[in-house]
Order: sequence, then structure tokens, then C-alpha cells
Amino acid sequence: MTGLRFGDGNPQYDRQGRLRHLLSIEGLREIDLLQILDTAESFLGIAQRAIKKTPTLRGRTLVNLFFENSTRTRSTFELAAKRLSADVLNIAASQSSATKGESLLDTVDNLMAMQVDGFIVRHPEAGAAHLLARHLGDRALVVNAGDGQHAHPTQALLDVFTIRRLAGPVEQQVVCILGDLLHSRVARALIHALSILGCPEIRVLGPRTLVPPEFASLGVQVHHDPRDALPGASVVYALRLQRERMESHRLPSLDEFHRRFGLTPERLALAAPGALVLHPGPINRGVEIGSAVVDGPQSVILAQVEHGLAVRMAVLSLLAGVGGHED
Amino acid sequence: MNSRFDVDALLNTLAEQLRPLVDPAATAMIGIFTGGVWVARALHHRLGLVLPLGELDISFYRDDFSRIGLHPEVRASRLPFDVEDRDILLVDDVLYTGRTVRAALNEIFDYGRPRRIRLVVLVDRCSRELPIAADFSALQLRLDSHHEIKLNGPEPLRLEVQARESGS
Repeated sequence: MTGLRFGDGNPQYDRQGRLRHLLSIEGLREIDLLQILDTAESFLGIAQRAIKKTPTLRGRTLVNLFFENSTRTRSTFELAAKRLSADVLNIAASQSSATKGESLLDTVDNLMAMQVDGFIVRHPEAGAAHLLARHLGDRALVVNAGDGQHAHPTQALLDVFTIRRLAGPVEQQVVCILGDLLHSRVARALIHALSILGCPEIRVLGPRTLVPPEFASLGVQVHHDPRDALPGASVVYALRLQRERMESHRLPSLDEFHRRFGLTPERLALAAPGALVLHPGPINRGVEIGSAVVDGPQSVILAQVEHGLAVRMAVLSLLAGVGGHED
Repeated sequence: MNSRFDVDALLNTLAEQLRPLVDPAATAMIGIFTGGVWVARALHHRLGLVLPLGELDISFYRDDFSRIGLHPEVRASRLPFDVEDRDILLVDDVLYTGRTVRAALNEIFDYGRPRRIRLVVLVDRCSRELPIAADFSALQLRLDSHHEIKLNGPEPLRLEVQARESGS
């Protein structure tokens, strides 16, 4: 992966042990994970009000720094920041100018000269957000909105938030994650978050080329047959098949993948009755998941989107609330 | 520690002050977490109000957010009635600086535009820092800034005066 070490040098925490940046679920203490989820519960109701805003981050400026396209993630972070009354600057940096670490830090230094308070960063290279957090230290907060195939912590947080809220205590769930585990930063973060919260059984399902046996080292059961992986699952999580990342030799065809692994109503019927269906989006209908399941009664995919907003509001307000500036 | 306050009697006093001035079918009541919700529950019951009790956590509206950050346990605010044009009793346990009430007023107005809000507190410390005063209070207590008065609960409710912990 990235060779990044956590623990003593965990750059997510300041010297007083306060969560200062959100970079990955790995290295996140359970107490902080729970505080984010609990705070998000409180933010959920704000979307139902006449005025969907709180003054919490009034006067703060946050920068959406995206070196990679992601309309959905960028727009939910933007909306989350705006609902907290922060000012938001959207910067879509070109991927080519970002391949050297220096250019990322130069960009950030320029923005820091304008007294911004935090960065929400997406970058194609693993470790970019960590680099930024080490560079900035206490001067500004950093939220990792996806770095290569490494981490995407707010996605995992909204996933476990959705499971906890709609399926019940994580300690009682059997979760089956299906699809392209190999290229998925969503899956790794989700597995870590589920493990921290005490999920007793996590299964991963897909062809050997996309679900290598090494995944067993994360404490999950590795399956290559839906008839083994799905029975008893209370949560089925379909991952987006990364067409753009897929090397052609890993799969004969998308149709073939759907025939063997796609989440169809027949396959979903193998899982526990009323099992919840999650997907991080964007969906490839008819590839990793069938349209009838996406739009079916067990799908909570749109609830995930709604929850994503509340979770991101929680993350931003908790990080921004840690006073790093000298008073 | 100090247990010379009869909280039950104070609640009765408040309820009697309020009774002639509320319409049990139309008046809404909102308690501010945590102590204010306890007081509001007791008053809501005594006055026989019909609308369900509202609960407000003002953490996201505090004026000291940039100094102390988010409260570690934020509860969800819940106003289970339409605030628009409503007559509201806003309830807290202790009125001290008025900053909590300021935040609560701001939050309520994000739900809608009430017709009237009256402030009800169990204890008025008579040392406000903002032009915010209680319409009803059961006890007026002048304490210096080295002491705090705290409502503990929920069962039983106990009002206690203690020396302020250093550093807070």
C-alpha cells in the first residue's frame, strides 16, 4: 500500500491527543469514531428545518481541493460546509500538475496565505492528505476525501452510520461486501470501521482477480461464490465496479461479472430476510447490482447520501472546533 | 454540596405563576438540554400542555465554539410542533449570562417565526451579560463568579451550589 505508519506518528491527532485531521479510519480511536456518528445524528434533523443551516462555522473558510473529479463527494462536502455557515472555495486542480508533492504543497501554501481554515482534499496519489496534514500541522484542518486506492474515511463513516441507524447495532450484523475489493478504497475503510465497532462477521465476495486471498489478513472471510457468501447476511454492500480503473485482463466482461456476482433479486433472496442493500455510488446498473435491487424496498442507497451530508457536517464541526490557533 | 433547595416546591411555584397565562391547548414548551429539559418536563406535566415537549441542544449555536469546540455529547434538537406563529415558553434550569438563551432563540428562529417566546427559568442568577431577562423564575440567587449552581437529575432533581472547578 503506502508505507505510511500510524500510531505514535499518527498525524490525525495533535500533541494533546485531539483529533485534528481526518485522514483514514485506520488509526482512528473508537471514541472519536463514535463521537462523529453521535454528532451526525444531531445534524440529521437540520435538513428537515425551514432554515437548513447552523451558525457553527460562521466566519471560517474551507477549501475543497480536488485533484480528481468527483461531483458527488465534492458537492456533499460543499453543502455540508455551507450548512455549517462556512465559506467554501472550490478548487479543481489539474491532475497533471499534481503528480509532484511539491506542487500540492505550493498550492496549499498560497491558500494558507489567504488565511483559510481547512482543506477537503481528493488526490489520485495515496498519502496526499497525510502529506498535507503533516505540512499544515495545527494551522488548518485536513479531511481526506479520497487518496488513490488508499482511504476515503467519510464514505466509511456514512456507511457505518447507515448500518447502525437502519439495521441496528453493528455488533449484531453480518456484512457481505461484494465486487471489486482490490481497487476499492471504500472497502478497506469500511472493513476497518466495522471492525472498530465490533462487527462479528465481515465477508468479501468477488472473483479471485478482484478479491485476492490476502484480504483474509484484514480479519474477513474471503468468498468467491455468492451461495456461500450471502446466506445470513444482514447487510449487503455492493461496490462500484471501477470500469475506469479496471485492467482488462482481470475480468472477461462486465456481463460475465453480473452473471456470476451481480446483486440480483434472486441473489439478495439468499441473504437474511430484509437485509439492507448499500452502495457507495455512482451505480453501474446491471453490473455489480441489478436495477430491481437498486430501486427495491431493501435498498438504502439514497439514505446513504442523506446520511453522508450529516456525517460530513459532524466531521467538519468536530475538527474545526479543536482550537489550533494561538489565542 | 447543598440540598436546602426544595426543587419540587420551586417547580410548583413556577407552575402557579404560569397557569393563568398559558393556554394548555395552544401553548408550546421547549426545554434546553440538559437541565432545562428536566424542568420543562416537570412544568409540561403540571400545566397539562397538549403539544408534545420540544427539546433543544444549542451546541451548534454557541458563541464560544471557536474557543472550546463542540460539546462532547451533542443531542438532537427536536421541536415536534410547527413553530410558525406559536406562543412558546422557553425553559432552562439556570439563567446566568444569557448566552445560552441567545443561542436558543437563534436556533428556534431557524425552525420558523414564533408569535411570542417567554423565558422560564428555575433559578435566575441576576448577573446577565446580555439584555436577556427571565419572564418567570422561581428563585433569584446572587452568587459570585467563583460559585456555580447546578441542577442534577433527572430523578430526583437536586439543586446544588458548589465552588467552581479551577480552569473551567
